[in-house]
Amino acid sequence: MTDGIDKETLFRLFETMLRIRLFEDRVVRLYPGQEMKCPVHLCIGQEAIAAGVCLHLKKEDYIFSTHRSHGHCIAKGMGLRPLAAELYGRSTGCSRGRGGSMHLTDPENGIPGTTAIVGGCIPIAVGAALSAQMKRNGRIAVAFFGDGAVEEGTFHEGLNYASLRRLPVIFVCENNFYATNSPQKARQPEVNIADRAAGYGMPGVAGDGNDVMFVHDSCREAVERARSGGGPTLLEFRTYRWKAHVGPDSDIAAGCRPAAEYEEWVRRCPLELCGQRLIKEKALTEDDIDRLTGSIEAEIDDAVEFAMNSPFPQQSEILDHVY
Amino acid sequence: MAKLNMVQAINLALREEMQRDKDVVILGEDVGRDGGVFRVTEGLLDIFGQERVIDTPLAESGIVGVSIGMAARGLKPIAEVQFMGFIYPALDQISSHAARLRSRSRGRYTCPLVVRTPYGAGIKAPEHHSESTEALFCHMPGIKVALPSTPYTAKGLLISAIRDPDPVIFLESARLYRLIKEEVPEGEYTIPLGKARMAREGKDVTVISWGAMLHRCLQATEGMSADVIDLMTLNPFDEEMIYSSVKKTGRVVIVHEAAKTCGLGAEISASIAEEAMLYLKGPVTRVTAYDAVLPLPKLEDYYMPTVERIKRGIEEALKY
Ligand SMILES: Cc1ncc(C[n+]2csc(CCOP(=O)(O)OP(=O)(O)O)c2C)c(N)n1
Ligand SMILES: [Mg+2]
Repeated sequence: MTDGIDKETLFRLFETMLRIRLFEDRVVRLYPGQEMKCPVHLCIGQEAIAAGVCLHLKKEDYIFSTHRSHGHCIAKGMGLRPLAAELYGRSTGCSRGRGGSMHLTDPENGIPGTTAIVGGCIPIAVGAALSAQMKRNGRIAVAFFGDGAVEEGTFHEGLNYASLRRLPVIFVCENNFYATNSPQKARQPEVNIADRAAGYGMPGVAGDGNDVMFVHDSCREAVERARSGGGPTLLEFRTYRWKAHVGPDSDIAAGCRPAAEYEEWVRRCPLELCGQRLIKEKALTEDDIDRLTGSIEAEIDDAVEFAMNSPFPQQSEILDHVY
Repeated sequence: MAKLNMVQAINLALREEMQRDKDVVILGEDVGRDGGVFRVTEGLLDIFGQERVIDTPLAESGIVGVSIGMAARGLKPIAEVQFMGFIYPALDQISSHAARLRSRSRGRYTCPLVVRTPYGAGIKAPEHHSESTEALFCHMPGIKVALPSTPYTAKGLLISAIRDPDPVIFLESARLYRLIKEEVPEGEYTIPLGKARMAREGKDVTVISWGAMLHRCLQATEGMSADVIDLMTLNPFDEEMIYSSVKKTGRVVIVHEAAKTCGLGAEISASIAEEAMLYLKGPVTRVTAYDAVLPLPKLEDYYMPTVERIKRGIEEALKY
């Protein structure tokens, strides 16, 4: 096994990735039913990052995330029932049916809220980390964002301040090489995103975001640094989204991204890589995977049924919680 | 003459202006190869090339700021922001710089910039994807705000906006983009900024609206004798048309899908109070969205003024 990863940890990572994958796959199947009336940005193909990072976090640590946040929230402990109900706009949803896929909130599990504003979460994560530092409560904050967010001013403002104050925050960039259909090379000079860290005087690490063990190991160091007062870290995990930027369909046939590139990444499926490893190490059999799949599918069945049987928000609530 | 929807009409305006004036350039996220989120700039990259149809980094403040510099130095940039809710990172550039360049330089510089962005609810996307905060921009001296309700007016207004020496925020209803088609002539015609359009004429009540809500106002006033004013330019708005209509009808209903408090309806209402108060038979009525963040998805229809609510507002006004 990779340094520091025991079989049990690897199994837990696999299980989380599988839960995310199966949930997203279910969204793909249910979305055409037209009852999930919100745009969905799926993270199929990128599951290892959510799983590898969140396994290090405690319930009370914070994560901040983006339009593509189902995986982060599941990995951080959000229940599938409130998640499914939110996608269906029901009042039992994690944001009471008011936010939809892009605005997920779960204070009990350290999820103050995800939002679609690219880069918007970065300074907010820095603020949560500053609060943790001032209150000395030992918590840390993680900001998940895409390669596109690196172009927004908030990224630079956030990193600068976090480094200046040595804050317990980890910046996790999921570099899937595209922002909508625009390739990274058309938007940024060819400098590794992780190398930007040097400019702000913090460590930066780049690597394979489909290798859950790599994600897990590099994040462990960042978490230790954050918890011990060593300040922030920028992690750049390279990965690939399998579906279109938004919605349940593929965008490859439409020519949005090269088919060969897509196939190359699908061959390096994060779940396959991890599952094969577990099987090779005899920590898991194909049958175990089937059983696990069955039990997660049952959990998702339950979540969807719960959502469908839940009420919609009432008109009388429209002015609630403005102030 | 071809029947075009609003996307096609705007695309045509862009194409013709770019053909006419080589200083006109487009920039924004995914505007080139992709043709933009709503495909409004589709095909322009092929005609005009990467020099003039520029795919930018994902950075709204940067896009608008760079456009201001280009505008000040001889170009006529048209910046696209993907949704109105994503324009806020650029507010600083719009308010602090675009709006003030002329004033600050005492007229030695102008800022012939257009910022186009889709606004408004009705597409089942929450929050930032459905914003209608046009009043924010109307509150910035130096900024003009245009907002068409039909394909024909969209083309003519946009051409005026592009040729205008000052910065124009050009708001396009995402809901209307493909909803209606009408005849839109090829070739040049303009609709001047600052002028409204009488979309229906009557005598009992003046209904003032713009964009997507204009169509609901037309439905709500069917069979009535109402003036329905399509404001088209929100700042500076056509005071003359409003006051002369109010003097005729004595009753006013203002309809917008933006939140009520400090929405543009407030400014219009105050202006009427100042200029035509003595002609009013009763209080000005506002039919607006609620002072709340746009909810999703079941409450969206409830949030926006419906034809029913507009009718009730008109009935209120007609009581006097
Ligand atoms: C401030 C802002 N500008 C534009 C958008 C529209 N938009 C939504 S997602 C996206 C691309 C984001 O790319 P990236 O950060 O790489 O994340 P990914 O979608 O690849 O996960 C864009 C441009 C937005 N949501 N917010
Ligand atoms: Mg990306």
